[in-house]
Amino acid sequence: MVSPKKFRPRMLREVIGTLVKAPATVNYPLEKPETPKSFRGRIVFDSKLCVGCKMCMRDCPSGAIRIEPTEVEKRFKCAISLDRCLFCAQCVDSCPRKALATTPEFELTCFGRKGFQDLHK
Amino acid sequence: MARIKVPIGPQHPALKEPESFNLVLEGERIIDAEVKLGYNHRGIEKACESRNITQCIYLIERICGICSHSHSTTFVQAVEEIAGVEPPPRALYIRTIIAELERIHSHLLWLGVAGHEVGFDTLFMYSWRDRETVMDLLALITGNRINYGMNKVGGVRRDIDSEQARLILESIDLLTERTEYYIKVAVNESTLKVRLAGVGKLPRETALSLGAVGPTVRASGIPRDIRKDDPYAAYDQVDFNVITNEYADVFGRTLVRIYELLESYQIIRALIQNLPDGPIAVKAPRKIPAGEAVSRYEAPRGENIHYVRTNGSEFPERVKVRAPTLANLASIREMLKGGFLADFPIVIAAIDPCFSCADRMIRLSGDGKDALWDWERLRNYSIDWYKLRGIDFSNR
Repeated sequence: MVSPKKFRPRMLREVIGTLVKAPATVNYPLEKPETPKSFRGRIVFDSKLCVGCKMCMRDCPSGAIRIEPTEVEKRFKCAISLDRCLFCAQCVDSCPRKALATTPEFELTCFGRKGFQDLHK
Repeated sequence: MARIKVPIGPQHPALKEPESFNLVLEGERIIDAEVKLGYNHRGIEKACESRNITQCIYLIERICGICSHSHSTTFVQAVEEIAGVEPPPRALYIRTIIAELERIHSHLLWLGVAGHEVGFDTLFMYSWRDRETVMDLLALITGNRINYGMNKVGGVRRDIDSEQARLILESIDLLTERTEYYIKVAVNESTLKVRLAGVGKLPRETALSLGAVGPTVRASGIPRDIRKDDPYAAYDQVDFNVITNEYADVFGRTLVRIYELLESYQIIRALIQNLPDGPIAVKAPRKIPAGEAVSRYEAPRGENIHYVRTNGSEFPERVKVRAPTLANLASIREMLKGGFLADFPIVIAAIDPCFSCADRMIRLSGDGKDALWDWERLRNYSIDWYKLRGIDFSNR
Protein backbone atom coordinates (compact mmCIF):
# COMPACT_ATOMS: atom_id res chain seq x y z
CA MET A 1 0.00 0.00 0.00
CA VAL A 2 1.06 3.59 -0.49
CA SER A 3 1.76 5.47 2.71
CA PRO A 4 0.17 8.93 2.96
CA LYS A 5 3.65 10.45 2.88
CA LYS A 6 4.45 8.90 -0.48
CA PHE A 7 1.08 9.83 -1.97
CA ARG A 8 1.69 12.63 -4.43
CA PRO A 9 -1.17 13.46 -6.77
CA ARG A 10 0.76 14.09 -9.99
CA MET A 11 -2.14 15.58 -11.90
CA LEU A 12 -2.73 18.34 -9.35
CA ARG A 13 -0.46 20.81 -11.15
CA GLU A 14 -2.37 20.21 -14.39
CA VAL A 15 -5.71 20.70 -12.62
CA ILE A 16 -4.64 24.00 -11.06
CA GLY A 17 -3.19 25.18 -14.39
CA THR A 18 -6.53 24.55 -16.11
CA LEU A 19 -8.30 26.94 -13.74
CA VAL A 20 -6.86 29.92 -15.58
CA LYS A 21 -7.32 28.49 -19.10
CA ALA A 22 -10.24 29.15 -21.44
CA PRO A 23 -13.01 26.51 -21.36
CA ALA A 24 -12.52 23.53 -23.69
CA THR A 25 -16.24 23.32 -24.44
CA VAL A 26 -18.14 25.18 -27.18
CA ASN A 27 -20.81 27.63 -26.06
CA TYR A 28 -23.51 26.12 -28.26
CA PRO A 29 -26.13 27.33 -29.31
CA LEU A 30 -24.86 30.88 -28.72
CA GLU A 31 -21.73 30.12 -30.72
CA LYS A 32 -22.26 27.90 -33.73
CA PRO A 33 -19.47 25.46 -34.55
CA GLU A 34 -18.09 25.69 -38.06
CA THR A 35 -18.92 22.59 -40.07
CA PRO A 36 -16.06 21.07 -42.08
CA LYS A 37 -16.02 21.22 -45.87
CA SER A 38 -16.88 17.54 -46.22
CA PHE A 39 -19.77 17.71 -43.72
CA ARG A 40 -22.86 15.73 -44.65
CA GLY A 41 -25.96 17.64 -43.61
CA ARG A 42 -29.44 18.04 -45.08
CA ILE A 43 -29.70 16.73 -48.67
CA VAL A 44 -31.04 19.08 -51.35
CA PHE A 45 -32.55 18.07 -54.68
CA ASP A 46 -32.54 19.75 -58.08
CA SER A 47 -35.49 18.55 -60.15
CA LYS A 48 -34.05 20.07 -63.34
CA LEU A 49 -31.17 17.59 -63.29
CA CYS A 50 -33.02 14.45 -62.13
CA VAL A 51 -33.71 11.84 -64.84
CA GLY A 52 -35.64 9.49 -62.53
CA CYS A 53 -33.19 6.56 -62.64
CA LYS A 54 -33.84 5.93 -58.92
CA MET A 55 -30.24 4.84 -58.23
CA CYS A 56 -30.44 6.84 -54.99
CA MET A 57 -33.45 4.79 -53.90
CA ARG A 58 -31.63 1.54 -54.67
CA ASP A 59 -28.55 2.48 -52.66
CA CYS A 60 -30.11 4.30 -49.68
CA PRO A 61 -29.29 2.11 -46.67
CA SER A 62 -32.39 3.15 -44.72
CA GLY A 63 -34.99 3.65 -47.44
CA ALA A 64 -35.24 7.35 -46.63
CA ILE A 65 -35.41 8.75 -50.16
CA ARG A 66 -38.28 8.50 -52.63
CA ILE A 67 -38.29 9.74 -56.23
CA GLU A 68 -41.73 10.06 -57.83
CA PRO A 69 -43.01 11.38 -61.17
CA THR A 70 -44.88 14.69 -61.29
CA GLU A 71 -47.70 15.89 -63.58
CA VAL A 72 -45.06 17.33 -65.88
CA GLU A 73 -43.45 14.71 -68.12
CA LYS A 74 -39.81 13.83 -67.35
CA ARG A 75 -39.92 15.90 -64.17
CA PHE A 76 -39.50 14.17 -60.83
CA LYS A 77 -40.03 15.14 -57.24
CA CYS A 78 -38.06 13.89 -54.27
CA ALA A 79 -39.14 13.18 -50.70
CA ILE A 80 -36.58 12.52 -47.98
CA SER A 81 -37.66 11.22 -44.57
CA LEU A 82 -35.28 13.02 -42.25
CA ASP A 83 -36.18 10.67 -39.41
CA ARG A 84 -34.91 7.72 -41.44
CA CYS A 85 -31.96 9.45 -43.11
CA LEU A 86 -28.49 8.46 -41.83
CA PHE A 87 -26.83 11.43 -43.55
CA CYS A 88 -24.32 9.09 -45.20
CA ALA A 89 -24.81 10.97 -48.50
CA GLN A 90 -24.60 7.75 -50.50
CA CYS A 91 -27.49 9.09 -52.64
CA VAL A 92 -25.28 12.05 -53.59
CA ASP A 93 -22.53 9.62 -54.65
CA SER A 94 -24.93 7.31 -56.48
CA CYS A 95 -26.67 10.05 -58.50
CA PRO A 96 -25.26 9.97 -62.06
CA ARG A 97 -26.59 13.51 -62.83
CA LYS A 98 -25.55 15.30 -59.61
CA ALA A 99 -29.19 16.15 -58.85
CA LEU A 100 -28.58 15.65 -55.14
CA ALA A 101 -26.16 17.60 -52.96
CA THR A 102 -25.24 17.91 -49.30
CA THR A 103 -25.53 21.13 -47.31
CA PRO A 104 -23.92 22.15 -44.00
CA GLU A 105 -27.35 22.40 -42.38
CA PHE A 106 -27.56 20.17 -39.31
CA GLU A 107 -30.15 21.74 -37.02
CA LEU A 108 -33.15 19.75 -38.17
CA THR A 109 -35.05 19.36 -34.92
CA CYS A 110 -38.77 19.96 -35.21
CA PHE A 111 -42.06 19.36 -33.41
CA GLY A 112 -44.11 16.49 -34.78
CA ARG A 113 -43.43 13.94 -37.48
CA LYS A 114 -44.64 16.11 -40.35
CA GLY A 115 -41.56 18.29 -40.12
CA PHE A 116 -39.38 15.30 -40.92
CA GLN A 117 -40.82 14.95 -44.40
CA ASP A 118 -38.49 16.95 -46.59
CA LEU A 119 -40.25 17.49 -49.92
CA HIS A 120 -38.42 18.85 -52.96
CA LYS A 121 -40.25 19.69 -56.18
CA MET B 1 -18.09 -19.33 4.09
CA ALA B 2 -21.43 -19.58 2.31
CA ARG B 3 -21.47 -19.00 -1.41
CA ILE B 4 -23.91 -16.59 -2.97
CA LYS B 5 -24.77 -16.04 -6.60
CA VAL B 6 -25.05 -12.40 -7.63
CA PRO B 7 -26.71 -11.55 -10.93
CA ILE B 8 -25.26 -8.40 -12.47
CA GLY B 9 -26.97 -6.72 -15.38
CA PRO B 10 -28.17 -6.56 -18.08
CA GLN B 11 -28.94 -2.99 -16.94
CA HIS B 12 -26.36 -2.13 -14.33
CA PRO B 13 -24.77 1.14 -13.19
CA ALA B 14 -21.26 -0.36 -13.26
CA LEU B 15 -21.40 -1.27 -16.94
CA LYS B 16 -21.47 1.16 -19.84
CA GLU B 17 -23.40 -1.30 -21.98
CA PRO B 18 -26.08 -3.74 -20.88
CA GLU B 19 -24.96 -7.36 -20.56
CA SER B 20 -25.73 -10.10 -18.10
CA PHE B 21 -23.18 -11.66 -15.72
CA ASN B 22 -23.62 -14.14 -12.88
CA LEU B 23 -20.98 -14.02 -10.18
CA VAL B 24 -20.48 -16.68 -7.53
CA LEU B 25 -19.15 -14.97 -4.41
CA GLU B 26 -17.56 -16.17 -1.23
CA GLY B 27 -17.62 -13.05 0.90
CA GLU B 28 -16.06 -10.35 -1.27
CA ARG B 29 -14.11 -12.83 -3.43
CA ILE B 30 -15.31 -13.89 -6.85
CA ILE B 31 -15.16 -17.70 -7.09
CA ASP B 32 -16.69 -18.10 -10.51
CA ALA B 33 -18.21 -15.93 -13.20
CA GLU B 34 -20.61 -16.60 -16.03
CA VAL B 35 -21.23 -14.39 -19.06
CA LYS B 36 -24.70 -14.54 -20.58
CA LEU B 37 -24.79 -13.20 -24.11
CA GLY B 38 -27.80 -12.24 -26.17
CA TYR B 39 -29.36 -9.14 -24.60
CA ASN B 40 -28.06 -6.79 -27.28
CA HIS B 41 -28.48 -9.03 -30.30
CA ARG B 42 -29.61 -6.96 -33.28
CA GLY B 43 -29.58 -9.45 -36.16
CA ILE B 44 -27.27 -7.37 -38.36
CA GLU B 45 -25.76 -10.43 -40.08
CA LYS B 46 -29.22 -11.54 -41.20
CA ALA B 47 -30.26 -8.00 -42.17
CA CYS B 48 -27.24 -7.81 -44.51
CA GLU B 49 -28.67 -10.63 -46.61
CA SER B 50 -31.58 -8.44 -47.72
CA ARG B 51 -29.45 -5.41 -48.60
CA ASN B 52 -27.13 -4.76 -51.51
CA ILE B 53 -23.38 -4.46 -50.92
CA THR B 54 -23.44 -0.62 -50.83
CA GLN B 55 -26.23 -0.59 -48.25
CA CYS B 56 -24.43 -3.31 -46.27
CA ILE B 57 -21.33 -1.12 -45.83
CA TYR B 58 -23.38 1.47 -43.92
CA LEU B 59 -25.19 -1.17 -41.89
CA ILE B 60 -21.94 -2.98 -41.04
CA GLU B 61 -20.39 0.36 -40.08
CA ARG B 62 -23.09 0.73 -37.44
CA ILE B 63 -22.17 -2.52 -35.68
CA CYS B 64 -19.95 -0.40 -33.47
CA GLY B 65 -19.94 3.32 -32.77
CA ILE B 66 -16.28 3.40 -31.74
CA CYS B 67 -14.63 1.11 -34.28
CA SER B 68 -17.03 1.73 -37.15
CA HIS B 69 -14.21 2.08 -39.69
CA SER B 70 -12.80 -1.29 -38.56
CA HIS B 71 -15.99 -3.13 -39.40
CA SER B 72 -16.61 -1.39 -42.72
CA THR B 73 -12.98 -1.90 -43.82
CA THR B 74 -13.03 -5.58 -42.88
CA PHE B 75 -16.25 -6.08 -44.85
CA VAL B 76 -15.07 -4.07 -47.86
CA GLN B 77 -11.76 -5.96 -47.93
CA ALA B 78 -13.64 -9.27 -48.11
CA VAL B 79 -15.90 -8.02 -50.93
CA GLU B 80 -12.91 -6.62 -52.83
CA GLU B 81 -11.14 -9.98 -52.54
CA ILE B 82 -14.16 -11.82 -53.99
CA ALA B 83 -14.68 -9.28 -56.79
CA GLY B 84 -10.96 -9.12 -57.60
CA VAL B 85 -10.98 -5.33 -57.21
CA GLU B 86 -7.69 -3.78 -56.22
CA PRO B 87 -8.00 -0.36 -54.53
CA PRO B 88 -5.36 2.22 -55.62
CA PRO B 89 -2.42 2.84 -53.21
CA ARG B 90 -3.71 6.30 -52.21
CA ALA B 91 -7.02 4.75 -51.09
CA LEU B 92 -5.17 2.18 -48.99
CA TYR B 93 -3.08 4.92 -47.36
CA ILE B 94 -6.17 6.99 -46.54
CA ARG B 95 -7.93 3.90 -45.12
CA THR B 96 -4.92 3.25 -42.89
CA ILE B 97 -4.77 6.89 -41.71
CA ILE B 98 -8.45 6.78 -40.72
CA ALA B 99 -7.88 3.39 -39.05
CA GLU B 100 -5.05 4.80 -36.93
CA LEU B 101 -7.00 7.98 -36.07
CA GLU B 102 -9.79 5.68 -34.96
CA ARG B 103 -7.37 3.68 -32.81
CA ILE B 104 -6.20 6.91 -31.17
CA HIS B 105 -9.72 8.06 -30.33
CA SER B 106 -10.68 4.59 -29.12
CA HIS B 107 -7.64 4.26 -26.83
CA LEU B 108 -8.08 7.78 -25.43
CA LEU B 109 -11.75 7.01 -24.81
CA TRP B 110 -10.74 3.79 -23.04
CA LEU B 111 -8.24 5.65 -20.88
CA GLY B 112 -11.02 7.98 -19.78
CA VAL B 113 -13.45 5.13 -19.08
CA ALA B 114 -10.79 3.23 -17.11
CA GLY B 115 -10.07 6.37 -15.08
CA HIS B 116 -13.77 6.76 -14.40
CA GLU B 117 -14.17 3.09 -13.37
CA VAL B 118 -11.42 3.37 -10.77
CA GLY B 119 -12.72 6.69 -9.44
CA PHE B 120 -10.03 8.82 -11.07
CA ASP B 121 -12.35 11.20 -12.90
CA THR B 122 -9.67 13.84 -13.43
CA LEU B 123 -7.99 11.51 -15.90
CA PHE B 124 -11.36 10.85 -17.53
CA MET B 125 -12.01 14.58 -18.07
CA TYR B 126 -8.56 15.36 -19.48
CA SER B 127 -8.23 12.37 -21.77
CA TRP B 128 -11.67 13.03 -23.21
CA ARG B 129 -10.83 16.67 -23.75
CA ASP B 130 -7.74 15.62 -25.71
CA ARG B 131 -9.78 13.06 -27.60
CA GLU B 132 -11.74 15.97 -29.07
CA THR B 133 -8.62 16.88 -31.07
CA VAL B 134 -8.73 13.59 -32.95
CA MET B 135 -12.54 13.69 -33.26
CA ASP B 136 -12.21 17.09 -34.93
CA LEU B 137 -9.62 15.62 -37.31
CA LEU B 138 -11.96 12.79 -38.26
CA ALA B 139 -14.77 15.29 -38.82
CA LEU B 140 -12.44 17.40 -40.94
CA ILE B 141 -11.46 14.53 -43.24
CA THR B 142 -14.63 12.45 -43.40
CA GLY B 143 -17.34 14.95 -42.48
CA ASN B 144 -18.50 13.02 -39.41
CA ARG B 145 -17.14 12.51 -35.92
CA ILE B 146 -18.25 8.88 -35.88
CA ASN B 147 -19.60 6.54 -38.59
CA TYR B 148 -17.29 8.17 -41.07
CA GLY B 149 -18.70 6.56 -44.22
CA MET B 150 -15.23 6.54 -45.77
CA ASN B 151 -15.20 3.13 -47.43
CA LYS B 152 -16.65 1.94 -50.67
CA VAL B 153 -15.85 -1.14 -52.71
CA GLY B 154 -12.74 -0.21 -54.68
CA GLY B 155 -11.42 2.62 -52.53
CA VAL B 156 -12.47 5.51 -50.31
CA ARG B 157 -15.06 8.26 -50.73
CA ARG B 158 -13.04 11.30 -49.68
CA ASP B 159 -9.53 12.54 -50.37
CA ILE B 160 -7.04 14.22 -48.04
CA ASP B 161 -5.75 17.55 -49.40
CA SER B 162 -2.50 19.28 -48.42
CA GLU B 163 -4.22 21.66 -45.96
CA GLN B 164 -5.86 18.72 -44.18
CA ALA B 165 -2.54 16.85 -44.13
CA ARG B 166 -0.88 19.87 -42.47
CA LEU B 167 -3.65 20.03 -39.84
CA ILE B 168 -3.33 16.29 -39.15
CA LEU B 169 0.42 16.61 -38.55
CA GLU B 170 -0.10 19.65 -36.28
CA SER B 171 -2.74 17.86 -34.21
CA ILE B 172 -0.60 14.72 -34.00
CA ASP B 173 2.25 16.81 -32.52
CA LEU B 174 -0.13 18.16 -29.86
CA LEU B 175 -1.44 14.67 -29.09
CA THR B 176 2.09 13.26 -28.83
CA GLU B 177 2.87 15.85 -26.17
CA ARG B 178 -0.31 14.98 -24.26
CA THR B 179 0.28 11.23 -24.54
CA GLU B 180 3.80 11.57 -23.17
CA TYR B 181 2.23 13.34 -20.21
CA TYR B 182 -0.28 10.47 -19.74
CA ILE B 183 2.59 7.98 -19.80
CA LYS B 184 4.18 9.92 -16.95
CA VAL B 185 0.85 9.93 -15.10
CA ALA B 186 0.26 6.20 -15.62
CA VAL B 187 3.76 5.23 -14.52
CA ASN B 188 4.10 7.63 -11.57
CA GLU B 189 0.62 8.35 -10.31
CA SER B 190 0.10 6.13 -7.28
CA THR B 191 -3.72 6.35 -7.49
CA LEU B 192 -3.68 4.54 -10.81
CA LYS B 193 -0.78 2.19 -10.22
CA VAL B 194 -1.87 0.79 -6.88
CA ARG B 195 -5.48 0.43 -7.99
CA LEU B 196 -4.68 -1.42 -11.23
CA ALA B 197 -1.60 -3.55 -10.49
CA GLY B 198 -2.42 -7.21 -9.89
CA VAL B 199 -6.10 -6.77 -10.80
CA GLY B 200 -7.60 -9.06 -13.46
CA LYS B 201 -4.59 -11.34 -13.88
CA LEU B 202 -4.41 -13.24 -17.17
CA PRO B 203 -1.22 -15.32 -17.36
CA ARG B 204 0.44 -15.81 -20.73
CA GLU B 205 -0.57 -19.49 -21.12
CA THR B 206 -4.21 -18.80 -20.21
CA ALA B 207 -4.38 -15.89 -22.65
CA LEU B 208 -3.01 -18.15 -25.39
CA SER B 209 -5.30 -21.09 -24.68
CA LEU B 210 -8.42 -18.90 -24.47
CA GLY B 211 -7.57 -17.06 -27.69
CA ALA B 212 -7.55 -13.53 -26.29
CA VAL B 213 -6.88 -10.74 -28.79
CA GLY B 214 -5.72 -7.14 -28.99
CA PRO B 215 -4.24 -5.19 -26.08
CA THR B 216 -5.54 -7.90 -23.70
CA VAL B 217 -3.26 -10.57 -25.15
CA ARG B 218 -0.38 -8.13 -25.78
CA ALA B 219 -0.37 -7.18 -22.09
CA SER B 220 0.20 -10.88 -21.33
CA GLY B 221 3.45 -10.75 -23.26
CA ILE B 222 2.26 -12.22 -26.59
CA PRO B 223 3.10 -10.04 -29.63
CA ARG B 224 -0.08 -10.81 -31.58
CA ASP B 225 -1.09 -8.03 -33.97
CA ILE B 226 -2.76 -8.53 -37.36
CA ARG B 227 -1.10 -5.34 -38.65
CA LYS B 228 2.23 -7.22 -38.39
CA ASP B 229 1.14 -10.87 -38.69
CA ASP B 230 -1.04 -10.48 -41.79
CA PRO B 231 -0.59 -6.91 -43.10
CA TYR B 232 -3.57 -5.37 -44.87
CA ALA B 233 -4.17 -1.88 -46.38
CA ALA B 234 -0.87 0.05 -46.17
CA TYR B 235 0.59 -1.51 -43.00
CA ASP B 236 3.34 -3.28 -44.95
CA GLN B 237 4.61 0.16 -46.03
CA VAL B 238 5.24 1.52 -42.54
CA ASP B 239 7.52 0.62 -39.70
CA PHE B 240 6.12 0.32 -36.20
CA ASN B 241 6.54 -1.76 -33.04
CA VAL B 242 4.06 -4.17 -31.49
CA ILE B 243 3.73 -3.05 -27.87
CA THR B 244 3.75 -5.81 -25.29
CA ASN B 245 4.54 -6.15 -21.61
CA GLU B 246 4.64 -8.86 -18.98
CA TYR B 247 2.37 -7.36 -16.31
CA ALA B 248 -0.63 -9.48 -17.46
CA ASP B 249 -3.03 -7.32 -15.45
CA VAL B 250 -5.16 -4.20 -15.92
CA PHE B 251 -2.13 -1.98 -15.35
CA GLY B 252 -0.32 -3.77 -18.18
CA ARG B 253 -3.31 -3.30 -20.49
CA THR B 254 -3.33 0.43 -19.67
CA LEU B 255 0.35 0.74 -20.55
CA VAL B 256 -0.08 -1.23 -23.81
CA ARG B 257 -2.83 1.14 -24.92
CA ILE B 258 -0.98 4.33 -24.02
CA TYR B 259 2.26 3.24 -25.68
CA GLU B 260 0.31 2.09 -28.73
CA LEU B 261 -0.87 5.68 -29.14
CA LEU B 262 2.73 6.75 -29.75
CA GLU B 263 3.10 4.04 -32.42
CA SER B 264 -0.11 5.24 -34.08
CA TYR B 265 1.25 8.80 -34.25
CA GLN B 266 4.40 7.49 -35.88
CA ILE B 267 2.38 5.48 -38.43
CA ILE B 268 0.20 8.51 -39.32
CA ARG B 269 3.24 10.78 -39.75
CA ALA B 270 4.92 8.25 -42.06
CA LEU B 271 1.75 7.73 -44.10
CA ILE B 272 1.01 11.44 -44.52
CA GLN B 273 4.59 12.15 -45.59
CA ASN B 274 4.59 9.34 -48.16
CA LEU B 275 0.99 9.70 -49.36
CA PRO B 276 1.13 8.53 -53.02
CA ASP B 277 -0.58 10.51 -55.79
CA GLY B 278 -3.33 9.08 -57.91
CA PRO B 279 -7.01 8.21 -57.78
CA ILE B 280 -8.77 7.38 -54.50
CA ALA B 281 -11.04 4.71 -55.93
CA VAL B 282 -11.49 2.34 -58.86
CA LYS B 283 -14.80 1.36 -60.38
CA ALA B 284 -16.27 -1.77 -58.82
CA PRO B 285 -19.05 -3.93 -60.25
CA ARG B 286 -22.49 -3.71 -58.64
CA LYS B 287 -22.97 -7.45 -58.93
CA ILE B 288 -20.27 -9.30 -57.06
CA PRO B 289 -19.32 -12.69 -58.58
CA ALA B 290 -19.99 -15.82 -56.56
CA GLY B 291 -17.32 -16.58 -54.02
CA GLU B 292 -16.33 -16.37 -50.39
CA ALA B 293 -13.64 -14.58 -48.41
CA VAL B 294 -12.41 -14.13 -44.88
CA SER B 295 -10.98 -10.76 -43.94
CA ARG B 296 -8.90 -9.90 -40.85
CA TYR B 297 -8.29 -6.49 -39.35
CA GLU B 298 -6.62 -5.25 -36.16
CA ALA B 299 -9.36 -3.12 -34.61
CA PRO B 300 -8.47 -0.99 -31.54
CA ARG B 301 -9.90 -3.79 -29.37
CA GLY B 302 -8.24 -6.67 -31.19
CA GLU B 303 -8.65 -8.91 -34.19
CA ASN B 304 -11.85 -8.41 -36.15
CA ILE B 305 -12.89 -11.15 -38.59
CA HIS B 306 -15.57 -10.99 -41.27
CA TYR B 307 -16.67 -13.81 -43.52
CA VAL B 308 -18.61 -12.91 -46.67
CA ARG B 309 -20.17 -15.28 -49.18
CA THR B 310 -21.70 -13.99 -52.41
CA ASN B 311 -23.75 -15.66 -55.14
CA GLY B 312 -23.31 -13.40 -58.15
CA SER B 313 -26.11 -10.99 -57.26
CA GLU B 314 -26.00 -7.53 -55.64
CA PHE B 315 -26.75 -9.07 -52.26
CA PRO B 316 -24.40 -11.04 -50.03
CA GLU B 317 -25.55 -14.59 -49.31
CA ARG B 318 -23.99 -14.76 -45.87
CA VAL B 319 -22.12 -12.29 -43.67
CA LYS B 320 -20.48 -13.42 -40.46
CA VAL B 321 -18.87 -11.05 -37.98
CA ARG B 322 -16.51 -12.06 -35.19
CA ALA B 323 -15.90 -8.90 -33.21
CA PRO B 324 -12.82 -8.74 -30.91
CA THR B 325 -14.93 -8.61 -27.73
CA LEU B 326 -16.30 -12.10 -28.42
CA ALA B 327 -12.75 -13.47 -28.52
CA ASN B 328 -11.93 -11.77 -25.22
CA LEU B 329 -15.09 -12.81 -23.37
CA ALA B 330 -13.75 -16.29 -22.63
CA SER B 331 -10.83 -14.83 -20.72
CA ILE B 332 -13.08 -12.54 -18.63
CA ARG B 333 -14.02 -15.54 -16.48
CA GLU B 334 -10.36 -16.28 -15.72
CA MET B 335 -9.62 -12.61 -15.01
CA LEU B 336 -12.49 -12.30 -12.54
CA LYS B 337 -11.78 -15.54 -10.63
CA GLY B 338 -10.08 -14.88 -7.33
CA GLY B 339 -10.58 -11.13 -7.55
CA PHE B 340 -12.79 -8.84 -5.50
CA LEU B 341 -16.33 -7.85 -6.36
CA ALA B 342 -15.25 -4.19 -6.39
CA ASP B 343 -12.78 -4.99 -9.20
CA PHE B 344 -15.55 -6.28 -11.45
CA PRO B 345 -16.21 -3.01 -13.38
CA ILE B 346 -12.55 -2.29 -14.16
CA VAL B 347 -11.75 -5.91 -15.12
CA ILE B 348 -14.66 -5.89 -17.58
CA ALA B 349 -13.69 -2.42 -18.81
CA ALA B 350 -10.05 -3.50 -19.27
CA ILE B 351 -10.87 -5.65 -22.31
CA ASP B 352 -12.56 -2.53 -23.74
CA PRO B 353 -15.77 -4.47 -24.27
CA CYS B 354 -18.31 -3.69 -26.95
CA PHE B 355 -21.16 -6.03 -26.09
CA SER B 356 -23.44 -4.98 -28.90
CA CYS B 357 -20.67 -5.88 -31.41
CA ALA B 358 -20.20 -9.29 -29.87
CA ASP B 359 -23.73 -10.29 -29.05
CA ARG B 360 -25.30 -13.31 -30.68
CA MET B 361 -28.15 -15.71 -30.15
CA ILE B 362 -27.67 -19.33 -29.19
CA ARG B 363 -30.23 -21.99 -29.93
CA LEU B 364 -30.35 -24.65 -27.25
CA SER B 365 -30.61 -28.26 -28.37
CA GLY B 366 -31.99 -31.25 -26.49
CA ASP B 367 -35.17 -31.63 -24.41
CA GLY B 368 -37.32 -30.70 -27.41
CA LYS B 369 -36.25 -27.08 -27.06
CA ASP B 370 -34.58 -27.01 -30.44
CA ALA B 371 -37.83 -26.79 -32.40
CA LEU B 372 -37.96 -23.63 -34.51
CA TRP B 373 -40.59 -21.12 -33.48
CA ASP B 374 -42.35 -19.16 -36.16
CA TRP B 375 -43.38 -15.52 -35.77
CA GLU B 376 -46.98 -16.31 -34.74
CA ARG B 377 -45.86 -18.72 -32.01
CA LEU B 378 -43.33 -16.22 -30.67
CA ARG B 379 -46.02 -13.52 -30.64
CA ASN B 380 -48.54 -15.71 -28.82
CA TYR B 381 -45.87 -16.73 -26.33
CA SER B 382 -45.09 -13.08 -25.55
CA ILE B 383 -48.82 -12.22 -25.21
CA ASP B 384 -49.28 -15.09 -22.75
CA TRP B 385 -46.12 -14.10 -20.88
CA TYR B 386 -47.46 -10.59 -20.32
CA LYS B 387 -51.00 -11.87 -19.50
CA LEU B 388 -49.55 -13.83 -16.60
CA ARG B 389 -48.14 -10.53 -15.33
CA GLY B 390 -51.44 -8.70 -15.65
CA ILE B 391 -50.89 -6.88 -18.97
CA ASP B 392 -53.08 -7.75 -21.92
CA PHE B 393 -51.57 -7.08 -25.34
CA SER B 394 -53.88 -9.34 -27.34
CA ASN B 395 -56.07 -6.49 -28.61
CA ARG B 396 -53.27 -4.14 -29.61
